[in-house]
Amino acid sequence: MCVAIPGKIISIDGDTAVVSFGGTEMKANVAMVDAEIGKYVLVHAGCAIEVMAEDQAKELIDLFSELDEIV
Amino acid sequence: MKITMAHGSGGKSSAELMKAVFAKYFKNDILDRMEDAAVLNVSGRIAFSTDSFVVTPVIFRGGNIGKLAVCGTVNDLLMMGAKPLYLTSAYILEEGLESELLETCVSSMASTAKEAGVQIVAGDTKVVEGNGSLMINTTGIGLIPEGRDISAANLKEGDAVIVSGYLGDHHACILSHRMNLENTIESDCAPLNDIVDRLFDEEIRVKAMRDITRGGLGTMLNELAATSHCGIEIEEANIPVREEVKGFCGILGLDPLYMGNEGKMLAVVDGDDAEKALAAMKATNHGKDAVLLGRVTGDKGVVMKTRLGGKRVIDSLYGEGLPRIC
Amino acid sequence: MNTEEVVRYLKNYDGPEVKLMEVCGTHTASIFKNGIRSLISPRIRLISGPGCPVCVTPTAYIDRCIEFAKEDRHVLYAFGDMLKVPGSKGSLSVAKGEGAKVELMMSALDAVDAAAAHPELMIGIAAVGFETTIPTYAVALARAIEKGLSNLRFVTALKQTFPAIEWICENEQGIDGFICPGHVSVITGSDAFVAFAEKYKRPFVVAGFEGEHLLAVIYEIVRQLEKGEAKAKNLYPNAVRNEGNPKAKALIERYFCAGSAVWRGLGAIPNSGMYLREEYGNFDGGSFGLDDDIKLPRSCRCAEVIVGRINPCDCPMFGKACTPTDPYGPCMVSAEGSCGIWYRNTI
Repeated sequence: MCVAIPGKIISIDGDTAVVSFGGTEMKANVAMVDAEIGKYVLVHAGCAIEVMAEDQAKELIDLFSELDEIV
Repeated sequence: MKITMAHGSGGKSSAELMKAVFAKYFKNDILDRMEDAAVLNVSGRIAFSTDSFVVTPVIFRGGNIGKLAVCGTVNDLLMMGAKPLYLTSAYILEEGLESELLETCVSSMASTAKEAGVQIVAGDTKVVEGNGSLMINTTGIGLIPEGRDISAANLKEGDAVIVSGYLGDHHACILSHRMNLENTIESDCAPLNDIVDRLFDEEIRVKAMRDITRGGLGTMLNELAATSHCGIEIEEANIPVREEVKGFCGILGLDPLYMGNEGKMLAVVDGDDAEKALAAMKATNHGKDAVLLGRVTGDKGVVMKTRLGGKRVIDSLYGEGLPRIC
Repeated sequence: MNTEEVVRYLKNYDGPEVKLMEVCGTHTASIFKNGIRSLISPRIRLISGPGCPVCVTPTAYIDRCIEFAKEDRHVLYAFGDMLKVPGSKGSLSVAKGEGAKVELMMSALDAVDAAAAHPELMIGIAAVGFETTIPTYAVALARAIEKGLSNLRFVTALKQTFPAIEWICENEQGIDGFICPGHVSVITGSDAFVAFAEKYKRPFVVAGFEGEHLLAVIYEIVRQLEKGEAKAKNLYPNAVRNEGNPKAKALIERYFCAGSAVWRGLGAIPNSGMYLREEYGNFDGGSFGLDDDIKLPRSCRCAEVIVGRINPCDCPMFGKACTPTDPYGPCMVSAEGSCGIWYRNTI
């Protein structure tokens, strides 16, 4: 229901950060997260709603190691 | 100088504008005769097409409305296998338009026409009330050489579908300007003569061609499949989209499959010519990023094999692509 | 396990038929985009729940938005997907053609900026959304208060997914497991599903939005069912914490409170709505009592489609009186609703 996409924080000014989404830069409000330059945040409707724990490629590999093995 | 209603009156101001801007850039034997109509010597099968251009902003990264107005009509002629020869150019200027802006567009139109090998042989200018913008209509004719039969109805099972390069650049560029999003995405706006000439020079058996404008690749593929009563299967992994455009699409919830381009084309060629056609395209300036997208099948509709190996139906675009949260 | 092994398992699954519901519309879109249905056994049925806050807005809400936008010196800011949702006399898109002032927004903060720049105008926000979006309105309201704005109004149709999932669990026995919304869970936390799993004895698994995430979550639920388990699990730990986002939760708590809300086609669900707290009532743009909903023709069976009791094609309206360009019920309003997807794939 809710499109949110990861972007990288480029700069921070108070509650507002510039976030890059694969090269396109947009301002996002970061009042809800612990923002740091270089971190990836999940942005929904102009607001960062969470800091991503790790990069997505690695996450998708880890994901399958979580699953129950079939013998 | 700003354009006023007087520039469209047909009187002295009109003549001055004509001389200062249009005549300065558009010069050729046919136009310079200044008759009521251009007289052309053409015989054979003619491709004939018209298009009106309205874009905001009128100047964007990679081009402007003048360049676009040539590319759009020239590409339509090319897609029928025609050699584009002549264009008309009709300008509708809004009151308050900066004449420098007009000159930029006219100059760009002239140089693009030169690049595309067409002559601008007739024109018109009107001024309307408005907010200082401009619109252009171009109509073009081209000659189809003997023996060429290019049509959306020609597809046969086994034919190869090739796309000439990255998708979505123009659409993403225009939307970025409109929405004040910072990036370096450039419009791909270009006349595609080099690709089409090369395909025919190399004697590729070309079945159909389409420039991938409004509606995007998904819509074009559906039109081709429906006209030829066949199916098309494409591979998601082969669809060329720049990382920057992917990022942009993510923000707005847009799908590059349905985004307009102004310098990209689809070519459907005989299956046995696939590799040769791909190499031919890649050897050109505007086709250097070409990829083999998929094949024509005996089924119906357009199906995409997804990155994970699944299948999904690709429909035509309906409605408009709007930024969404869902 | 890796992707191929998971796909092989799901493709060859020949156990009892299972019905899994993805509550979130973005999951539905991703299932479609990745061709997930073609990668799994037909014995695993995926059902799209009421997972789009836009589609489930009742007609009275759309009517109120149009009324606001048509008032003198009013401008309504709305997300793009709101424009085509039908009210009782047409959509915002139609109203725009008739002179209503409607602007597209990317964020509620766009509207706050507009209100600050144009004190002579009354700026409205068509505030729709689930838990993911509600805190963004809280941020916008906080900024408006900080700037001392008096020309901003929220016309809200905010909904909470948890009461809706509960409603489905209480009213529909046929769902075997839930693919839980990833971005709602970013705010609420995955722990919120633990009680559900215990109470309703079904797996509740939080998932991300890539094709891989969806394969993993389907696998996890099917395995749980095979083993007779019913656990809550978080398969999107990259973004979702067990406890959620406490700052976002505090923002929601500070500015909003729960109340009953009407879901298009489903009716009123207690406590499923969110409304501005009384102390911020001067920012409300007439959001209360918008309960009138479309009088769905008796033949519209959206409510049954949403809970997976019937397939879209079993509805007599489907593809005839109800199409994506002229939708009736909520499942057709969005291209990613069950009926919208079904239409695109079969017609």
